[in-house]
Amino acid sequence: MTRFREWTNILAEWLEFRLGLSFLKTIAMKKEVPVHRHTIWYYLGGMSLFLFVVQVCTGILLLFYYRPSAEEAYESVQFLMAEVEFGWLVRSIHSWAANLMVFTLFLHLFSVLLVKAYRPPRELTWFSGAILMALAMAFGFTGYLLPWNELSYFATRVGTEITGAVPLIGGFLLRVARGGDDVTGATLTRFYALHVWVLPAATFGLVGLHLFLVQKLGMSVPPSVEREAGAKRTMPFFPHFLLRDLVGWLTALGVLAVLAAYFPAELGVKADPFVPAPVGIKPEWYFMFMFQTLKYLPAHILGIEGEIVGILGFGLAGVLVFLIPLLDRKTARGEPSKLFTWIGIGIIVYMIVLTYLGYTVDPSL
Amino acid sequence: MAQDVRGSVASRRRFVDWLLTRTLTTWLLSTSFGGLLLAIFYPAGRYLVPPAAGESTTGTVTLPFAPADIPANGAEIFRFGSRAGILIKTTAGEFRAFSAVCSHLGCIVQYRSDIGHIWCACHNGHFDLNGHVLEGPPPEPLEAYTVNVRGDQIVVSRGS
Repeated sequence: MTRFREWTNILAEWLEFRLGLSFLKTIAMKKEVPVHRHTIWYYLGGMSLFLFVVQVCTGILLLFYYRPSAEEAYESVQFLMAEVEFGWLVRSIHSWAANLMVFTLFLHLFSVLLVKAYRPPRELTWFSGAILMALAMAFGFTGYLLPWNELSYFATRVGTEITGAVPLIGGFLLRVARGGDDVTGATLTRFYALHVWVLPAATFGLVGLHLFLVQKLGMSVPPSVEREAGAKRTMPFFPHFLLRDLVGWLTALGVLAVLAAYFPAELGVKADPFVPAPVGIKPEWYFMFMFQTLKYLPAHILGIEGEIVGILGFGLAGVLVFLIPLLDRKTARGEPSKLFTWIGIGIIVYMIVLTYLGYTVDPSL
Repeated sequence: MAQDVRGSVASRRRFVDWLLTRTLTTWLLSTSFGGLLLAIFYPAGRYLVPPAAGESTTGTVTLPFAPADIPANGAEIFRFGSRAGILIKTTAGEFRAFSAVCSHLGCIVQYRSDIGHIWCACHNGHFDLNGHVLEGPPPEPLEAYTVNVRGDQIVVSRGS
């Protein structure tokens, strides 16, 4: 035992002399996490990051069998699910962790929004986080098509057709998104390239920036807590907060295993461009509120096609959410900002109600 | 010696100041750097835009099934060039053909014998048997094709 310790000490010294990594220890020891009634929300970022790591690992495993072509994609996933040992497990975890990650990201975003953690000096943290949210949705959208089944095929047709509604450059964007005029094998290779390289690379960079900012600026304390009198409590990040994080991650891993085992990812029917769209065609749940809104919009609103109004509306809403740190002047000045609290609640209620309708209203009426 | 170092620091600062005070555009134009960027990003950008496939020139298609194969109040999807078309046999036995691509967001429509008209499952769009929008979000009618029945063959053509 002492022998082992000697050797590790020698190795540690050898590395320290060459890399000088002891400053990491200093940083880890110095980091403190505020303790108050909203502390629970601090765990969501780490949880999302953990699920992203799960996605990277299972995604790499899926690459060993997946073939990105219209002729082979469906068959390769079928082979993976039916023949490859634990293939069903890897794909099911990938699918479930993706859904859970988007879910925890939504919770993370809305909790940050409601406790106003975006106020100065953390605007850049909000901007990078908002882009990461968009990247996660792009991951979901591109990944959904890869098994090349009927449901994902038509969801992609609708989703990409939407880019065609953008004024002036819509047709061009549509062709670039699809790699042609229609959703074909060319679309599949495009989405594949985005899903396994472009989006991961962008995400790695932005997660790095996001974490650096969190480290540099520390955890934000909600204004309502800040205004309260009394001593502020904190706990050390290392090991107290990290151990709590680990408990959460371990629980998430257990939940993933249970979901994957009892509700494995489905494959459905192979996509055929010459078959009517099936009843109950639906996108991933996190696009459902937009999909359902498009169903309710009339063909024309003030002489403009309804879908164009819808798309521009959602685009504008996205930009406004992105810019919230700059728009919410009251919070920036340290005053209570009821308006932005209500905007946040309004967005949450809208998304929940429309998503609920999307899953409950009979699609054939 | 110390003098030399200060001198080089000053000149470096001047260089940085020069970089910062020029507007990006004049800088890009006055150096070959803009040309370098263009030489890299223009081909890369063009590479990402797919080559034009050319508008489908298909004007007429003979369908791979006979008139008797379709029951009255029934329909069949067919290939019209690279796009999908839908052939409907009305309860009176008359044939009608349309583009099967919904004018809303491009899903493939279907014929619903229970309500006797064309329906898109994606966003609940309804079309009558002339391709006109009855209900739902589609902004335009379905493109109608001309149907000619010659003995055992059904020929569908675009335009008049």
